[in-house]
Amino acid sequence: MTIELKNIRKAFKTNTVIEDLSLSVAKGETLVLFGPSGAGKTVLLRLIAGVIEPDAGEIRVNGQNMAGVEPEDRGIGMAFQNFALFPHMDAFANIAAPLTARGQSKGAMTETVEKVARLLKIDHVLHHKPKELSNGQKQRTALARALSAQPSVLLLDDPLRNVDAKLRFEMRLELPRLLKDQNATVIYVTQDYKEAMALGHRIAVMNGHGIQQVGTPADIYHAPANVDIARLFGDPVINLLDIVPERRDGRVVAMISDRAIPLADDYAPQIGQPCILGLRPEALRFVADGTPGAIPVEVEAETPLNEKTVTLVLTLRGREIMVSRPAGTPGPASGQAHVAVDAGAAILFDRATGRRIAPVHKMMRQEDVA
Amino acid sequence: METHSPLERLLRGIALTLVCLFFMFPIVWIVLMSFQTNETILRVPPSVVFMPTLENYTALITGRLETAAGTLNIDFMGNLWNSLFLSTTSVAIGLLLGVPAAYAFARLKFRGSEDIAFTLLSFRFAPPLLVLLPLTIYFQQLGLANTYGGLIWVYQLIVLPLILWIVRGYFEDIPADIEYAYRIAGHDFWSTFRRIALPLAGPGIAAAGLLSFIFAWNNFVFALVLASADKQPVTVGALAFVTASGIQYGQVAAGIVLSIAPTFALALYAQRYLVEGLSLGAVKG
Repeated sequence: MTIELKNIRKAFKTNTVIEDLSLSVAKGETLVLFGPSGAGKTVLLRLIAGVIEPDAGEIRVNGQNMAGVEPEDRGIGMAFQNFALFPHMDAFANIAAPLTARGQSKGAMTETVEKVARLLKIDHVLHHKPKELSNGQKQRTALARALSAQPSVLLLDDPLRNVDAKLRFEMRLELPRLLKDQNATVIYVTQDYKEAMALGHRIAVMNGHGIQQVGTPADIYHAPANVDIARLFGDPVINLLDIVPERRDGRVVAMISDRAIPLADDYAPQIGQPCILGLRPEALRFVADGTPGAIPVEVEAETPLNEKTVTLVLTLRGREIMVSRPAGTPGPASGQAHVAVDAGAAILFDRATGRRIAPVHKMMRQEDVA
Repeated sequence: METHSPLERLLRGIALTLVCLFFMFPIVWIVLMSFQTNETILRVPPSVVFMPTLENYTALITGRLETAAGTLNIDFMGNLWNSLFLSTTSVAIGLLLGVPAAYAFARLKFRGSEDIAFTLLSFRFAPPLLVLLPLTIYFQQLGLANTYGGLIWVYQLIVLPLILWIVRGYFEDIPADIEYAYRIAGHDFWSTFRRIALPLAGPGIAAAGLLSFIFAWNNFVFALVLASADKQPVTVGALAFVTASGIQYGQVAAGIVLSIAPTFALALYAQRYLVEGLSLGAVKG
């Protein structure tokens, strides 16, 4: 089952939420809709589910135009960010709701509900009302309800938003297998870039009324379409330095700490133009004094971050840069140090528009993504 | 925060007692009066010590009022039945019309919906006497004067705005996502209304029904002007206790006790449906 959106527009009174949005999702694919709150992700899901109608544009599910098709006839499963469980029904009745609508026999229904509940580990609370469930159980009940009728299209609206960190981590591990078993076309909304990278075959970054970039997690990470996207993905955040590329000794370079950092020759047209240089913290590493191309820095602070150690350093011009290295590897003592730049990993943005300049072709390295 | 000092608890007890006394005393006094004869009621100083008598109630139930001037026939039980019939039917029709309308006003924002809702509310602004005169003339011409149908129709002026506005608020408080979820699960508009919206707004519907029943029950002027003796509710019928030979306080009191009994019983019964927080736990807190 494919989902196709063409030139969708939706406004509430004078507030335009979605402007000329087009997107297609392949059968069996999990597409993550990623973006800050207010970007229109939830509105987009509701348009697909049919509870609101677009002002313009076309929504096709498996080739069929959805205009005028009531939500109950679209055969879609949806989990809401706020769970939206039926408070006067127990978990069993909640999960069974999509089945009662399809006129299943009581026995078949019970079997299906119990199977889904076992899968999501809520079979022991099936006869509890929503208010007697913990947040994690509510979230699983909401998910079970979306899955129970085995819809071929699943819309998951930030289902892990309101659960605690431990459960979120567990679910992030379980969900890909669960979604694969369903063999459904999935649109998954999230604001958490790690979730987006862990779950999505492709990620669509939504911001400012539309989709700014669609690509694989590696694409988005290594070749973000603009400065905003570069900033949204990655922890610690990407280093963004204002530079003006220049030519020295026949090479295109950027000056950091009075040292020339070589850039790819593709960037020759940008010489003399104000640009922003994006350097992922893991593209920088500490090296011994005297290493060719190394830039002198002053170590400011160091902090552990998950499996990494992040060091904040200052360049000679007082610019702050973050350098990360695997935790437990030797780092610099305080004071002076030298940093080498993996020039191939540098991303260049136009300072005026924020857009990325000239795609840099290079191997995607999956290990950097996580 | 159950850390109150004994003094605090004592003062609170006294305050509660005073409030209860203030509100309950008239009712208690009326109940006491209903078991007394006119003589014991009117003695000075009044006393709570008396020989209880059921003659007021028997007079009301048999419909024969013994006065100094002779026997007077009043149809109090007929009035009581009228009240019951008029109020129940009015509230039932009000709920039948008002609840779906309230849902429409809450969920389906359509052109002029606010204006219509406000117009319906504005029926409550006008003093009833203002509309009564033209209404009387209309009713006489339409043949609605002194009919149950006509009265029930006029009672909608009292009942409908109340139900509409109370229930609308409850519908608006139901997160729309819950209804969306039921729709997406494959149920159509009507079954979503019946299985989700109605049960979740249940407390509101019960509250609105109870309140409008009380308002309808207590109505006086509409019934006074638009109905004659055989259609009159207790509120109007009670006028009969003011006789040429004086006011029969004991019977008035017994009449009051009998006429508040149904509303009282209804309130006690409906209380269990007035529980709040039914929608708690549906969406994240």
